[in-house]
Amino acid sequence: MAMLNIDQDSQRFRDIVKGRVRRELRRFMSSKELIGKQGKELVSIPVHEIGIPKLRYGKNEKQGGIGQGDGQPGDESGQPGKGQKAGDQPADHLLEVEFTVDELAELLGEELELPGIEPKGRQESKSKRARYKGISLKGPESLRHGRRTFKQALKRNIAAGGYNPNRPRIIPIREDRRYRHFEMEDEPRSACVVLYMMDVSGSMGQAQKEIVRSEVFWIDAWLRHHYEGFEARFLIHDAAAREVDRDTFFRTRESGGTLISSAYTLCQQIIERDYPVSEWNIYPFHFSDGDNASSKDNELCTKIVRESLLPVSNQFSYAQVDSPYGSGRFLKVLKEEFSDEEAVVISRVADRDAIMDSIKELLGKGR
Amino acid sequence: MSLPPNRFVGETRDLPPALEEARLEITALAKGYGLDFFDTVFVMCTWEEINMLAAYEGFPVRYPHWRWGMEYLRMQKSYEYGLHKIYEMVINTNPSYAYLLDNNLPVDQKLVMAHVLGHVDFFKNNLWFSSTNRKMLDEMANHAARMRRHMDKYGESTVEKFVDLCLSLDNLIDPFASHINRHKQSAQQSMLTQPQEPDLSAPKIKANDYMDRHINPPEFIEAQRDKRLSDELRMQRVPERPERDVLGFLLQHADLRHWQRDVLGMIREEALYFAPQGQTKIMNEGWATFWHTRMMTRDILSDGEVVDYCDHHSGTVLQQPGQLNPYKMGVELFRHIEQRWDRGQFGRDWLDCESEDERRRWDTGAGLGKDKVFSVRQTHNDVTFLDTFLTADFCREQGFFTTKKDSRTGKWIIDSREFAAVKKQLLSHLASRGTPRVYVVDGNHNRRAELRLHHRHDGLDIQLEWAEQVLGNLARVWSRPVHLETLVDGEPVLLSHDGSKLSRGVPSEDAIDAAAEAAAKTAGQSAGGGSP
Repeated sequence: MAMLNIDQDSQRFRDIVKGRVRRELRRFMSSKELIGKQGKELVSIPVHEIGIPKLRYGKNEKQGGIGQGDGQPGDESGQPGKGQKAGDQPADHLLEVEFTVDELAELLGEELELPGIEPKGRQESKSKRARYKGISLKGPESLRHGRRTFKQALKRNIAAGGYNPNRPRIIPIREDRRYRHFEMEDEPRSACVVLYMMDVSGSMGQAQKEIVRSEVFWIDAWLRHHYEGFEARFLIHDAAAREVDRDTFFRTRESGGTLISSAYTLCQQIIERDYPVSEWNIYPFHFSDGDNASSKDNELCTKIVRESLLPVSNQFSYAQVDSPYGSGRFLKVLKEEFSDEEAVVISRVADRDAIMDSIKELLGKGR
Repeated sequence: MSLPPNRFVGETRDLPPALEEARLEITALAKGYGLDFFDTVFVMCTWEEINMLAAYEGFPVRYPHWRWGMEYLRMQKSYEYGLHKIYEMVINTNPSYAYLLDNNLPVDQKLVMAHVLGHVDFFKNNLWFSSTNRKMLDEMANHAARMRRHMDKYGESTVEKFVDLCLSLDNLIDPFASHINRHKQSAQQSMLTQPQEPDLSAPKIKANDYMDRHINPPEFIEAQRDKRLSDELRMQRVPERPERDVLGFLLQHADLRHWQRDVLGMIREEALYFAPQGQTKIMNEGWATFWHTRMMTRDILSDGEVVDYCDHHSGTVLQQPGQLNPYKMGVELFRHIEQRWDRGQFGRDWLDCESEDERRRWDTGAGLGKDKVFSVRQTHNDVTFLDTFLTADFCREQGFFTTKKDSRTGKWIIDSREFAAVKKQLLSHLASRGTPRVYVVDGNHNRRAELRLHHRHDGLDIQLEWAEQVLGNLARVWSRPVHLETLVDGEPVLLSHDGSKLSRGVPSEDAIDAAAEAAAKTAGQSAGGGSP
């Protein structure tokens, strides 16, 4: 009983801390520690202990200190009061509070006032699943419920008057056995696939890539939080595109020229091969510095987006990171081409501080 | 004694036989040495339970509040990192409960038991604890139940917010309040005199006509009259005389709702309950250490346990180079006192003796050491303890010194080994660990029901950043603007808070004088002087 209370009090404290973390989320957002974690994994965030303000004496340096030990007047004495005055100052303790990535995603959603995502335009996929929902008197031995069986035997024993608390001896018989019982049930599933495409060409510096990774991390956390059946695919491209695993995506350093169409083509192929439109909510995200090889390739890109990606996607998102190199023209090209298309969302990220706003732009429509 | 069922009293909580044996042995030993303690129940706990209990300040049932949770998380973390380990915890109740960490070595458990009995003896016999509620375990549980009821009725966060306000003020109590009844007398007086027109004529001593002028001189009569008049005026003020118990004043006079008054009352009660522990830290720890070392080394330790014992004991009384461990100081001072009274090193002759040599060899064979330490543990608190028994000899033996910050290098250096300087510094440190003395001087300031407080400045400024927040919280409880007179860098300052923002002004001259004088008067009445 008492244990339970401390859990409540701890939870209450965590809630208060959450509020603070939420307000300072922008500071945590760019933390590199986060990158690469997901779901139920814990992220520990240092927070100041919450002090209750009290009327106290201030720090009076002229007051001097007191010590004990050897030495002559004038000798160095070591820092005073470290031991005995610790705790006098408020909020100088840092406390590590652990949050799951899911909780952080939730905070992000609250802070940015992101709309919850309603899967749209897709039939909800259904799958059958066995669920153990009850207890039955017969069944296979492999599904025998040990505790229930024992309980039954105990009841019988007590009822029969054969139970001796000092020498408890419970032997279950056939009639005591209880089995887990399952039912098949339909499970509505809103499946979602996100295809992250990142430009890793030479013009994307380390800083740009980190911005992209932070942004991908948070988008990933948010979408993952909303869909139970969530899949993510990671694509990187320079002049050619290839699919990589999550880890590579968050760590790779490449360089070379840029052909954005290569990524879009690969993206289209993956969708066609693996994700039937009728069952999946599809979200392609593309991150680049907008420095494409040629205007001819730009045309090819818009063609692929319009003809192949848009018809199957909930939303096509493009975020362009400012880079000291290159033209950044691709943003304009897309804007002009898709000015009337609601399902195309375009965002520009000037620097680290702009990540939050960019995420809001990309996810703010709740598509 | 009602306890949460199956929590601390139950079969599983029995001490293992070896420890139960040790408990009986140590209890008998302690009694043999003259320690006089409440029955003490030792409870084995896992480190998680110990941390939880420590977060709740030793009481298994407390009202819901986030700060217990914060403390718990902090302790869990630092335990995981191996930064700290709680060896013992004991609460001041009758019977007393002490918690043992289940994975400690047997020799540690014995040490803890001996140490704990020292604490319980102190709780039972030290006068400053005499008015604490020994049924606090039940009281805390009652508070929890009442607080939950208020939360159910008025909303968790509403109540929690108010609790936070009260906690921010909970050191503004009168730690001596339970020992003196300041209100009784004046309350009777005011009941009698208020309806009548004040009688200002001074009583004359009966005398013959020709002697009257000498026995009742007119100047004296006049002075008496004035005094009565000013007394009369004072009676009309609220509070009559400066009130150190700010929480108590709020409880009586603030415009609070029923549940708020109840919450404030509970917080004040708990603060008063814990106050003596703050006033006697050095003594209490010193006393417990004094006895555990004596019992362990003389009676309990087996040969095989000596090394572990020394290891852990030295951890408790460890003295960081250049720093001061109050626990060590407590135990050393008790030993010093015992030795002095054993050898008759007290009284006129001793004080007058100036020969170093003679003093060193001084031994009248008085043998009063034991009686003396027992009476000291009964009547003193930390301030009076140090004030009375800190001697130049002791300071020299212990190698105490004062430190100051070198203005050139910015490093702390040894300033002086002079006894007077050390003692002054020690006492002022003790005082500054405590709470600034703040009095309510006027509950109807500006005749607009504003609250005026006076800080009796004793050389140390208050921390202004916190003062602002505390005043804000005070204004929220008082629900009218509040003012605090204090000194900042030697200049009188009036800090005012109207609940939304702080403003800083200069107090009117008369107000300061009157308040300072009154505060000094009241302080003079309070025993013990100063709050450690």
